[in-house]
Amino acid sequence: MTKYVIKRVIAAILTLWALVTIVFFLSRLMPGEPFTNPKLTPQVIENMNKYYGFDKPLIVQYFQYMGNLLHGNFGYSMKYTNKTVNYIIGQTFPFSADLGIRALTLAISFGLVLGILAARKRGTKIDFFCVLIAIIGTSIPDFIMGALLQYFFGIKWGLLPVALYKGFKYTILPATALAFYTLASVSRIMRASMLEVTSQDYIKTARSKGLSEARITIRHQIRNAIMPVMTILGPTVAAVLTGTFVIEAIFAIPGMGKYYVESVNNNDYSMILGMTMFYGIFLVTANLIVDILYGVADPRVRIGKK
Amino acid sequence: MAEKRETLLELKNVVYSFKTYGGEVKAVRDVSFDVRAGEVLGIVGESGCGKSVTAQCILRLNPEPPGFFEGGEIFYKGKDILKMSNKEIRKIRGGEIGFVFQDPMTSLNPTMKVGKQIMEVFVGREGYTKEEVKQKALEIMKLVGISDSEKRFNQYPHELSGGMKQRIMIAIALVSRPSLIICDEPTTSLDVTIEAQILELLLELREKLGTSIIMITHDLGVIAKICDRVVVMYGGKIVEKGTVREIYYKTAHPYTDGLMHSIARLETNRGEKLSPIEGTPPDLFAPPIGCPFAARCDYCMDVCNQYPPEEYQLSDEHTTRCWLHHENAPATKFKRTKGEAK
Amino acid sequence: MDNLSKDMFVIKGKSIEKMESISRPSLSFWQDAWRRLRKNRAAFVGLCIIIFYVILAIFAPMLSKYGFSTMDAANQHAAPSLQHWFGTDATGRDQWVRTWMGARVSLSIGLFSATINMCVGAVLGGLCGFYGGKLDMIMMRIVDILYGIPSLIITILVMMVLGKGVAPLIVAMCVVGWIGTCRFVRGEVYRLKEQDFVMAAKVLGVSDFVIIVKHIIPNIVGMLVTNLCMAIPGAIFQEAFLSYIGLGIAPPRCSWGILAKEGIAYLRVHPHEVAIPAAIICTTMLALNLLGDGLRDAVDPKLRGTE
Repeated sequence: MTKYVIKRVIAAILTLWALVTIVFFLSRLMPGEPFTNPKLTPQVIENMNKYYGFDKPLIVQYFQYMGNLLHGNFGYSMKYTNKTVNYIIGQTFPFSADLGIRALTLAISFGLVLGILAARKRGTKIDFFCVLIAIIGTSIPDFIMGALLQYFFGIKWGLLPVALYKGFKYTILPATALAFYTLASVSRIMRASMLEVTSQDYIKTARSKGLSEARITIRHQIRNAIMPVMTILGPTVAAVLTGTFVIEAIFAIPGMGKYYVESVNNNDYSMILGMTMFYGIFLVTANLIVDILYGVADPRVRIGKK
Repeated sequence: MAEKRETLLELKNVVYSFKTYGGEVKAVRDVSFDVRAGEVLGIVGESGCGKSVTAQCILRLNPEPPGFFEGGEIFYKGKDILKMSNKEIRKIRGGEIGFVFQDPMTSLNPTMKVGKQIMEVFVGREGYTKEEVKQKALEIMKLVGISDSEKRFNQYPHELSGGMKQRIMIAIALVSRPSLIICDEPTTSLDVTIEAQILELLLELREKLGTSIIMITHDLGVIAKICDRVVVMYGGKIVEKGTVREIYYKTAHPYTDGLMHSIARLETNRGEKLSPIEGTPPDLFAPPIGCPFAARCDYCMDVCNQYPPEEYQLSDEHTTRCWLHHENAPATKFKRTKGEAK
Repeated sequence: MDNLSKDMFVIKGKSIEKMESISRPSLSFWQDAWRRLRKNRAAFVGLCIIIFYVILAIFAPMLSKYGFSTMDAANQHAAPSLQHWFGTDATGRDQWVRTWMGARVSLSIGLFSATINMCVGAVLGGLCGFYGGKLDMIMMRIVDILYGIPSLIITILVMMVLGKGVAPLIVAMCVVGWIGTCRFVRGEVYRLKEQDFVMAAKVLGVSDFVIIVKHIIPNIVGMLVTNLCMAIPGAIFQEAFLSYIGLGIAPPRCSWGILAKEGIAYLRVHPHEVAIPAAIICTTMLALNLLGDGLRDAVDPKLRGTE
């Protein structure tokens, strides 16, 4: 187990290093001078110069940038003069994290339930219904889902607030919109995986021991069927995170995603770079955690075979 | 012939089919046999002849749907298994009848410790504390020849070898001291040396525990080694049954004869060729009206294609379904057998 | 049974034709796959929808009297009518034409980026898997590291370097998009080349080229086609997303993502402006997903020969 964890951690560190390097060199390729913006105050220009070391050779700049990141310093905004990226992340990330966690919880729990239900009731109306939800869910981009929910529940029927983020009622629509795609894909994979497991020999062994159906389903089927779902948890976190960009913009939630889209539209390069870097580190870390969890769950990985 | 022992399990005219998109597959057609206390009964036949389905019928382990019973009765200690509630059948499974599956590699849950998998047999059975159950599990692990059982107890299946896994499977089947265990080709996927060990173990366990065994196999060698009586199946039907001696020395069905010819044996002369049975078993989507073996049979007659053969009683134990035993049939000698067809 | 006459009991021996009659007709891989795909009604409907949209994308803008960027100040936010089948947008541009111009962009981005990714991934993965050795080891280390980097981040940064447009979009999506296919193909090729039929061919002295063409490719091409079909909706999604956050293609050209984004701004007053592009995006996704599922089942070797 320790060996497995160490291996994963080293891989994650290498990935992070590659990410930083790619981001740094791509950022040097970006068009436009950072200092031509007339809005910039001398204070900001000075900060930026210090941060990037634009007067020094590229390789020095590279190490300086890495050093800044190691200190947890993500840079400065050009638009919002004199605000650091860290400050803005601190202001906006809690909203995004809250929304993301709600959406993930919703997506995984309902996705698993639907997938298990569909597989247990294979070929019935319940199965058909679950498969239908899954295939519709994977066919609707989240911004369209957001707009649909907003239009019907907010505007047409006036049931729920359509914007801002000030309490549980406000979270329902954006979290649902964000969760839907992931929910659908989790339920699809879980259903397929359950069906696969159901035809395995060890289920027959379990039955031959005289176990109850409930115990067979829980201890033998679900326990094994959940493995493939865990492998997509990493990409799932990424998908939810990406979703926050548009969902926050549509529902006017003051989160990081909305801010990111605004930065893109304002050509606030240094802001985008800083936030991208933050997202990258966040996702690589999330992947690492998922990998380790997977190792804990699957004895074959844990003990180092395969 | 030893004294006739008490009947433990009896199948009467069991018909079992699977509903598929292409139609009904009649996997088991009118199968009857019995198993007596303390004996080893062999069921032999090639792949797809319905022997596994028959075995799984006994514990109703076939997936239902698509599988379903079309008819017949299965009596275990005088009670009809097919009329039992789910709760009653669960008591029989694992408790009264143990089952050992063909492939130990895939028949153990990969995410559960093997000790736990053995102990699980007692879930839902009353009268044991957890500690007692663990003791029983360790005891049975020793009995099936697993050394260092304390350590093995906490291992996962992928940490064990194939032979070891099959021992675990046997331990699972035996832990509650059932009166019958059904072994579905337990040695097919193992090495020959391991195979010998496992067979030895099964015989030893029968001596110690008095368990009856149903041994399903396609290997006549295994049958000769451990069985008291044999059932030969073909195309979902029983074509011949009798004691091992009768089957070997008084072979009465051309299919059994063919099976004997297709195995290599020490006394086969150098230069003599093995003679496989040509062709493939019938498609059970649309089984032939007559004898299922007719198309591949060297002794096929017109009647064989038109009418299913009757059952002929050749001795107390020995019966066969073949028209060659009809009074009008020509006297025939099979290629190999020392005995002769009537 | 006493009526059985003696002449029925004459030994005739085995009948070869009867044994042969048991076997089913043989079909080639593609015949079999096509037969099963046609039987899958959902997949077939999906295929028809896609063909229909492609035809409209090609011909609709040509046959309309409106240009996709011609504004009409007198006709802003018009509801769908006989003049403007899908209505007009905020600057009076005809939505029917814009929708199908957008289709050209969205569909071609989806198709091209997915195809390029597949080709690059398949070639690299195939070479690594087949030849193995040092090259394979180094490649796989690199791929493993790159695989951990969220592809979206790279895509966004590359878009910012290259600027807006169709070509930059495709390039940006292809920079890291091939990695998944590469891993998959490598694994498959690696597995296949260890199998006995490849070994048998090698023992017979068949050249590597022939082994690849005759034994390896036919065994993975089905799965590749399925993967391609599944990747296209993913790419269209990504394009829509990038356009939505303002990194897609430059105005006045449009894509489905841009149409939806512009529509959402007027959700309260003119819901049809978002409803139409949304409906078209969703039906395209649905059609591609259904087709992909159908293809997957059709080329699944485990399901061969079944109904």
